[in-house]
Amino acid sequence: MSQSQPESPPSLYAAREPVFPKRVSGKFRNLKWVIMLVTLGIYYVIPWVRWDRGSELPDQAVLVDMAGRRFYFFWIEIWPHEFYFVAGLLVMAGLGLFLFTSALGRVWCGYACPQTVWTDLFILVERWIEGDRNARLRLHRQKKWDFRKARLRVTKWIVWLLIAVGTGGAWVFYFADAPTLLVDLFTLNAHPVAYSTVAILTATTFIFGGFAREQICIYACPWPRIQAAMMDEDTLVVGYRDWRGEPRKHSKEITEDTPQGDCIDCMACVNVCPVGIDIRDGQQMECITCALCIDACDDIMEKVGKPRGLIDYMALTDEVSEREGKQVKPVWKHILRPRTILYTSLWSLVGIGLVFALFIRADINMTVAPVRNPTYVVLSDGAIRNTYEIRLRNKLGESREFALSTSGSDALQLQLEGLSDNIVEMPADAQKLQRVYLVAPAGSDPASAETTNVRLWVEDVENGERASKDTVFNGKSN
Amino acid sequence: MAKHQKDEKKEPDTTGHEWDGIREYDNPMPRWWLWVLYLTIIWGLWYSIAYPAWPLISKATAGYKDWSSREQLAEDMTAFDELNAPWNAKLDETPLTEISADAELELYAVNSGGAVFRTWCAQCHGSGAAGAPGYPNLLDNAWLWGGSIEDIYFSVKHGIRNDDDEDARYSQMPAFGEILDKEQIVQVTQYVMSLSSAQSDDAAAKAGEMIFQDNCASCHGEDGKGDREQGAPNLTDAIWLYGGSEEDLTETITYSRFGVMPAWSGRLTEAQVRAVSTYVHQLGGGE
Repeated sequence: MSQSQPESPPSLYAAREPVFPKRVSGKFRNLKWVIMLVTLGIYYVIPWVRWDRGSELPDQAVLVDMAGRRFYFFWIEIWPHEFYFVAGLLVMAGLGLFLFTSALGRVWCGYACPQTVWTDLFILVERWIEGDRNARLRLHRQKKWDFRKARLRVTKWIVWLLIAVGTGGAWVFYFADAPTLLVDLFTLNAHPVAYSTVAILTATTFIFGGFAREQICIYACPWPRIQAAMMDEDTLVVGYRDWRGEPRKHSKEITEDTPQGDCIDCMACVNVCPVGIDIRDGQQMECITCALCIDACDDIMEKVGKPRGLIDYMALTDEVSEREGKQVKPVWKHILRPRTILYTSLWSLVGIGLVFALFIRADINMTVAPVRNPTYVVLSDGAIRNTYEIRLRNKLGESREFALSTSGSDALQLQLEGLSDNIVEMPADAQKLQRVYLVAPAGSDPASAETTNVRLWVEDVENGERASKDTVFNGKSN
Repeated sequence: MAKHQKDEKKEPDTTGHEWDGIREYDNPMPRWWLWVLYLTIIWGLWYSIAYPAWPLISKATAGYKDWSSREQLAEDMTAFDELNAPWNAKLDETPLTEISADAELELYAVNSGGAVFRTWCAQCHGSGAAGAPGYPNLLDNAWLWGGSIEDIYFSVKHGIRNDDDEDARYSQMPAFGEILDKEQIVQVTQYVMSLSSAQSDDAAAKAGEMIFQDNCASCHGEDGKGDREQGAPNLTDAIWLYGGSEEDLTETITYSRFGVMPAWSGRLTEAQVRAVSTYVHQLGGGE
């Protein structure tokens, strides 16, 4: 039984062609430096900002306290049952991305995405150590690993690794007291979860920023695919004015009688591109609209004495009108459109709703679970008693006394299990389960009615702030 | 970006068999898949040697690791008991009345006691401790033998009217059907009903008072408020263990009642008895 092995089909795999972005300067590059400085600054510094919340609460301005089930953000403290704030922020982040994408295309990808920011930083390090594009290309093509190549490579990797460790290290500080954790990390006293988190984030930063780079955006990230659906013909994206640039000619090719566009085919736009594309081929899925090609081209245009903007931010509608020689829309008309106004309104609506919810939420909170096994108890004097499991929450940073009371029927008396009065001592920033009894004397209305609506009140004895919950009192109706 | 290569269509080989013109492609399984299959087979063989697997006549092969689910359960139980041991020891040595002063200990006692209650006590007293006719409601403030934590502890430990424990609380109401005649029973029933302000025949109740004082007051008291020393219920309150209707009371007086609760000292540990006593005491009726 002999069978021939099928020939292997042609491979669909395409090896990565390394990208060596050239140094560039200009207004978009400067903007990107500023954004990098600000975002990285925020990321690394925030865990170290202190915020006084009193002696019993953590003094870290931003802290996700998983064990204590609290999220601290400066003056705001979120409890698990207030998770809708986080959900609301995520909705706002989503709408914000819709807004920016419909107005400015992949502006998030080009300027603010951590993948872009860290890759930019890694390329900066690479340039410092190995030199600019041509030097890096030479080093790449040099097959032999001599001392110089090894020294440069190892130095680069060490610096990358240090940045990566710092990145992973900064992340864990958001989840524990930063100064304590820093000492613990170095004295090997930190929790294994902290070490493994640092290790994982170090590895991802090192690999994603150093080696994977644009492949993450092209193959791994789902967001570019979604964004394509949010752009329209009025969205400002990076484009090439081919009607002005073509036919492109390198200076050597120029003769008197051939037509000559503005593009001198110097490849400056291609050489600076961090994703390794040629913007002159038109809009393409790899483009993260980082605008570095605009800076590169403007620089060349200035040198050859042509007007800037051969490569520029523009919309598809502009392209059409410009080709026809018509007036193009001003930038604000691209940004201020019904679509972007709708996104902005929705975004603001959610934002205002969250701020409103933040201001009206009380520091005192209660949930009531009526005990229904049994629904009521007959006491020896014929009185009817209902039991309620009440969960009290004191969100203040200091211990308080909470007074419980009831309204709805004058006949009902309130008693607390294990306490002689109606005052519960509440520790700072804590919740407590308290069993509460309502007693209706024999013959009173609530004792004989099937149900009576009642309201339970909890009041902060010190400042009079209070909260209430409605519930039902069950009587002995038969 | 590398230029994408085109995937050329190519007819794969067939197995060489043909059925009515239908041929079967011979596409080999992916290597990784095959290796996973081999690995699972190897793992399966190892598993059947390591753990109980092959059925024999009386039992299965034991496996070289000598593992059994019973032992695993025993280990888990031991680990659980060890975790609770310090708390149980503390519960044993803390005086009953001082358990509630230690918030953590009380929390442990109430929760572990609640588990004991739902396992051993709920069958009669109900999962919510509201009782049933003949089985006292533990939520209210009426106690036959006393509602302090010591009283509750004693009742749980020794039980009520059982023959197994010498110290069990014991009392017995005579069946008055053998002592009084029918009319007297009607009269005393009416009197008992009048004690708790139920609708009653005044004339019969008046006659019944004399009968009550002669026959019942020794246990239930001259005023009918009962006696906890003898587990004699208070007849003036709103709570009737066996029902407060005329019919129920007539039956109770004629034939008497004899509720039994087992002693739990043999089945539960001292810590469990203390825990369940603490649990019952804080249900709302504790004194």
